[in-house]
Amino acid sequence: MAAPVAIAVERRLKSGRADVKGVAFHALLLLSLLITLGILFTLVYEVVQTGFGVLTDRGSDFLTSTLSANPANAGVWQGLKGSFFIALFVIVFAFPVGIGAAIYLEEYASDTRVTRFININIRNLAGVPSVVYGLLGLAIFVKYLGGLTGGRSVMAGGLTLAVLVLPIVIITAAEALRAVPSGLREAGFGVGATRWEVVRSHVLPYAAPGILTGTVLSLARALGEAAPLILVGAISRGFFATSGGGLIDELQGKFTAMPMIVYGWASNPDVDFREGLASAAIIVLLAVILTANGAAILLRNRYERQR
Amino acid sequence: MTLADSEIRIEVADRDRDPDPVIEPSSTVFEVADLSVYYGSFRAVRDVSVNVAEHEITAFIGPSGCGKTTVLRCFNRMNDLIDIARVEGRISYHGADLYDPAVEPVEVRRRIGMVFQKPNPFPKSIYDNVAFGPKVAGIKGDMDDIVEQSLRRAALWDEVKDRLRSSAMGLSGGQQQRLCIARAIAVDPEVLLMDEPCSALDPIATARIEDLMQEIKDRYTIIIVTHNMQQAARVSDRTAFFTTEVNEESDTRTGVLVEFDRTEQLFSNPADKRTENYITGRFG
Amino acid sequence: MAFLGAASVSVVISALIIVSLLGEAISFLGQIELDQLTEIGWFPRRGLYDISTLIVGSLLVTALAMLVATPLGLLAAIYLSEYARPRVRRVLKPALEILAGIPSVVIGFFALAFISPEIVKSVFGDASLFNLAAAGLGVGVLIIPLVASISEDAMRAVPSSLREASYGLGARKVTTSVRVVIPAAVSGIVAALIVAVSRAIGETMVVAIAAGASGGSLFTLDIAGGGQTLTAAMASLATGTDQVKGASAAFQSLFFIGLVLFTITLILNIVADRFVRRVRQRY
Repeated sequence: MAAPVAIAVERRLKSGRADVKGVAFHALLLLSLLITLGILFTLVYEVVQTGFGVLTDRGSDFLTSTLSANPANAGVWQGLKGSFFIALFVIVFAFPVGIGAAIYLEEYASDTRVTRFININIRNLAGVPSVVYGLLGLAIFVKYLGGLTGGRSVMAGGLTLAVLVLPIVIITAAEALRAVPSGLREAGFGVGATRWEVVRSHVLPYAAPGILTGTVLSLARALGEAAPLILVGAISRGFFATSGGGLIDELQGKFTAMPMIVYGWASNPDVDFREGLASAAIIVLLAVILTANGAAILLRNRYERQR
Repeated sequence: MTLADSEIRIEVADRDRDPDPVIEPSSTVFEVADLSVYYGSFRAVRDVSVNVAEHEITAFIGPSGCGKTTVLRCFNRMNDLIDIARVEGRISYHGADLYDPAVEPVEVRRRIGMVFQKPNPFPKSIYDNVAFGPKVAGIKGDMDDIVEQSLRRAALWDEVKDRLRSSAMGLSGGQQQRLCIARAIAVDPEVLLMDEPCSALDPIATARIEDLMQEIKDRYTIIIVTHNMQQAARVSDRTAFFTTEVNEESDTRTGVLVEFDRTEQLFSNPADKRTENYITGRFG
Repeated sequence: MAFLGAASVSVVISALIIVSLLGEAISFLGQIELDQLTEIGWFPRRGLYDISTLIVGSLLVTALAMLVATPLGLLAAIYLSEYARPRVRRVLKPALEILAGIPSVVIGFFALAFISPEIVKSVFGDASLFNLAAAGLGVGVLIIPLVASISEDAMRAVPSSLREASYGLGARKVTTSVRVVIPAAVSGIVAALIVAVSRAIGETMVVAIAAGASGGSLFTLDIAGGGQTLTAAMASLATGTDQVKGASAAFQSLFFIGLVLFTITLILNIVADRFVRRVRQRY
């Protein structure tokens, strides 16, 4: 008796219509991914192909030469110096302030209107276009504080980028602090520690990898920005001589940075600059930034697995 | 039974239901033989053999971790969704092998529906929740009628008939679960699998759903997993008791079926000591 | 408390932005005739300040960018969230993060050196080297990872119990993804798109490099030709060709544009934030 019923049921269970929509959709998804990745590869390939020749020809000379009107002599040394100083300013000014603000918002502040206002404010600042930060830098660091910074100088540029990156540091640090399980804090309070002691010896060590990842990513972001530097007066066209003076003169004098050099050369009517040299500069810039991003991602993965 | 008769029964089961079905002597819907379920190399439950009869409520009871839900999810191939899940043994549905490689899980699930532990209505309107299944299954017919009929059968129509277009998320827990039942019935399945359907609900909502189960038993075959012994005793016709066994070497526990009998029999005169311990030792 | 001071710095910064923008912008408006704001084009050195030229330029670039980034970003998000196996995710997500880390100057270079000659030229045979289309496509490439990552977060936030309910009713994966997950994630997806629009409007370098028209631009809708956006106009005013110093109206127009830009992106970001909040509320 079972057999005929079974056959009928089996027929129904296997009679499914082919999943045409499903297969087509899956294909569409893969196609779009292919396109996106293809764009990435094309970009990298273009840049490497055009710029590699310059790098192999010039070698480290490319890294140690200054800007020049002559493509055969031009190098990115001043850009490397400028980016280095900018990184310093970001680290010195944005990281402590940003992490401190995050600690306040996550560990000390109660949920008042003031706190909520500060949080909204930070989220809005994170969405402000970088060129507007350039305007801020121009108005405050170049003009208003010109005596201190030396006007259109790397100090002004570094401070501007520190301000730009600050909201991102705060947000990522706050996220890292929020991820700390509350049990950890409660254990600390349970043995009678003060809030600062709990933060310092329990919360911060746990959140450190996340905070570190966030700061490295912020730094990578700062090193790639050009728009604010344009407004603050970084040199992109032509060339300039670095003053022979000491560190302060350096910080207060004319400057440039890696992204600015790329911008200047990419816009240069001379094809040697526009293609070969710009690509080579991009390779150097990408090497720095992708290393930083890669390190941050590896850090994050390693610590996430450890949990 | 001739071929024609059995064909007709399947036809009836798949399309329009006879509003006053003749209750025939119970025939078997599922035959489970030596079923084991593995997650990777870990055997979660072993050697389960039960028969589920038509138009009955079969309950799976036992302590937590004994594999009742795992076994339940085998009946509608929901374990397929877990990459590392593997099934050994055989489940047959009206004699056909449910796990035959050519069987489409989608076809299985349209005939064997499921209600989950925590009510999970879609964040859509009440109407769209109920209509989702039929639309996806390509069921033609007056959708308004199907929705109304399903909501009536789930004892929810009167409460929501004036706000069908409002969001399902605005309903209470008990109402949401009845909505999930309506949603599952809307595709006109033969079987309803219920995974601890009342565990997230208050006692009043629980009682309503237990009443509902008795009402709809005539149209559907129900398998219910419950950690509430008294619920099983109140509601079911047959009960399967599961427990766990410790695996010495790997320090894991594997679920195992201890006893399966008519409910009154299992509760009043259990054959296995473990069953007796569970029934007498734990209340609720 | 030192930490409170750190937190208040952010408020100070906001205040400074608003104050410095407003101050100079008002001064600018005071120095010009109002009809200069509706002249035929944006040529600051010649005293023509048609802001609508810049706004339309920004809108054209943004529209093109969203045309590219919305499908590619959303489809990537759906794949990552609903289809990709863990091993594939481990490769794809970092790949997208790498794309996200590429500075906009590099994308600008790519837009000028590749997108313009290879793609735009093949579509618009008569296109000049510098054109808005190349800039738009470049900005699109720039924001794909942004759309993808925020949308993916929104989709992953949809509880798996909803997917189970859908499968339990006999739906296939494509139906579950398209008719259950995406509608449930729609607030987050809208937020992703708004954030992307805001980012596209605020993008400077890609346009500065690829769209040309650094001396100024007539009001134009022709994406095969050069054009100016709000952002690139600011860059031009601060550098090379348009560089003007001091308190002249041309210089202060810089702050006027900045104010317009700041206002637009602020409104967009506030709206996006509302949508993100709605996602969190639901679950």
